[in-house]
Amino acid sequence: MKPGLSARLRPLWGMAALVAVWALVHATKAVDPVLLPSPMEALQAFWNGLAGGSLWGDFEKTIVRTVLSFLIALAIAVPLGIVLGANEKIYEGIEFAIDFFRSTPASAMFPLFLVLFGVGERTKIAVAAFGAALAILFNVAYGVMSARKQRQLAARVMGAPRWRVLTDVTLLESMPQVFVGMRSGVSIALVIVIVAEMFIGSTDGLGQRIMNAQTIFDMPDMYASIFAAGLLGYVMNLVFLVAERRFVHWGGK
Amino acid sequence: MRGMTIDPALTGTPGNVGAPAADGVRRWFAPGTHITIRGLSKRFGDAQVYDGFDLDIPHGKVTSVFGPNGCGKSTLINMIAGILPFDSGEILFEGKTARETRIGYVFQNYREAVFPWLRAIDNIRYPLQYLGLAKGEREERMDRLLQAFDVKLDLSRYPYQMSGGQQQLVSIMRALVVEPEVLFLDEPFSALDYEMVMFLRDRLQKVLVERRVTTLLVSHDLDEAVLLADQVLLLTKRPTRVADNLRFDAPRPRTAATTVTPGFIALKSEALEIFQREVRR
Repeated sequence: MKPGLSARLRPLWGMAALVAVWALVHATKAVDPVLLPSPMEALQAFWNGLAGGSLWGDFEKTIVRTVLSFLIALAIAVPLGIVLGANEKIYEGIEFAIDFFRSTPASAMFPLFLVLFGVGERTKIAVAAFGAALAILFNVAYGVMSARKQRQLAARVMGAPRWRVLTDVTLLESMPQVFVGMRSGVSIALVIVIVAEMFIGSTDGLGQRIMNAQTIFDMPDMYASIFAAGLLGYVMNLVFLVAERRFVHWGGK
Repeated sequence: MRGMTIDPALTGTPGNVGAPAADGVRRWFAPGTHITIRGLSKRFGDAQVYDGFDLDIPHGKVTSVFGPNGCGKSTLINMIAGILPFDSGEILFEGKTARETRIGYVFQNYREAVFPWLRAIDNIRYPLQYLGLAKGEREERMDRLLQAFDVKLDLSRYPYQMSGGQQQLVSIMRALVVEPEVLFLDEPFSALDYEMVMFLRDRLQKVLVERRVTTLLVSHDLDEAVLLADQVLLLTKRPTRVADNLRFDAPRPRTAATTVTPGFIALKSEALEIFQREVRR
């Protein structure tokens, strides 16, 4: 049976309630309207920023930084994770180090990276890549290590050499876990990029835009920029979910 | 070179069976024997499952392995197939190791044996790449197999789009496509409905008899173990020894009708008696 209109709209209830409360608070002036503009004003600011303003440019900057740091993290963490996952002794040896740095807030590394890479683009991307790489590394290694053994045995008994067992079976078997790592990696990268744009000498990007709007009390633009950052995070997560469903088509079956 | 004796004086290694096969020397084995197991020992923690276990498995025959729970039936065939390491002893296939032998293996748990990321046809084709055959020969083997099994099933589907029995069929075909010297079946039909079991037994017997593949079948179902076997290997409780080795010569193909013949019933009763004696011991 086809779900009715009300059923299909159900996922939007939370959003609608939030906007309704916002509009109500604004209408009753429970909060100073300078601090809390109406939802329409914020939407207007978002639209104007995209259509003619500079929001699109900042959007683009943040996307480029996040994607770039994610790709660097991926290029380092996936091969390393496979090697670690396939060699339990090496993994045991450095598991503590990985766990320690994974638990260290990446933002605490800003000063160190500033010293290493200087004030500029490279530091932001390097810290974000660092944070994302640890999340991906851990998940890839874990996925490879905990891949169930029977299919590997099956490949082995069919005469596959060890490295082919790894590429043909173990890696594919660990794909769902790799996607978990990629999703958390890209969201970590986005968080770090936004924070870096706010605090370590940036002239563009969504983080810097939010900070600037707040400083000059341009509240509609601040809310618009926060919404843009949220949208970016949500869409990136969605992209990975869709990619996973297409690529790991056998997952959960 | 089957049954050939290598003169110890020429090879410089002791000729007694059970010595490790060093320098690629082919050890002696009795004519008609395919797999020789000597002095096999395996321990899991405190449990000594095998201790100095010896066994000869005949060439081109179906050997069923039957025994009490926990006696290590699957352990035995996994060690023979080379996917489970053993503590000491020697297992040779006409003088070769498992790695040097073309092996087909069908797992009980087909869901975790087929590759869900490959279509059924690519699952079946997968092991052919390791045989070093020309492309034409590979295709020929696929055709021969598909003909022998005469499947009406759409093999371009993924395993998760198939029923359990169909997945096990794919798994069996994958094991047979390499035209194995030895085929291992670890309770291959235990999780399937009866109609599918009859179909699979029928096709499998046809191929095995035509090609005279040495086959080791682990089964917890005595009827099945006897029905499919040329030889029923009965094992004891741990530490596992051979309780008896019964021959069954009924003509093939064997069907449900075979199970009501006097020969079948007599052999099954004898096997059951030995089994019960071993369980009580």
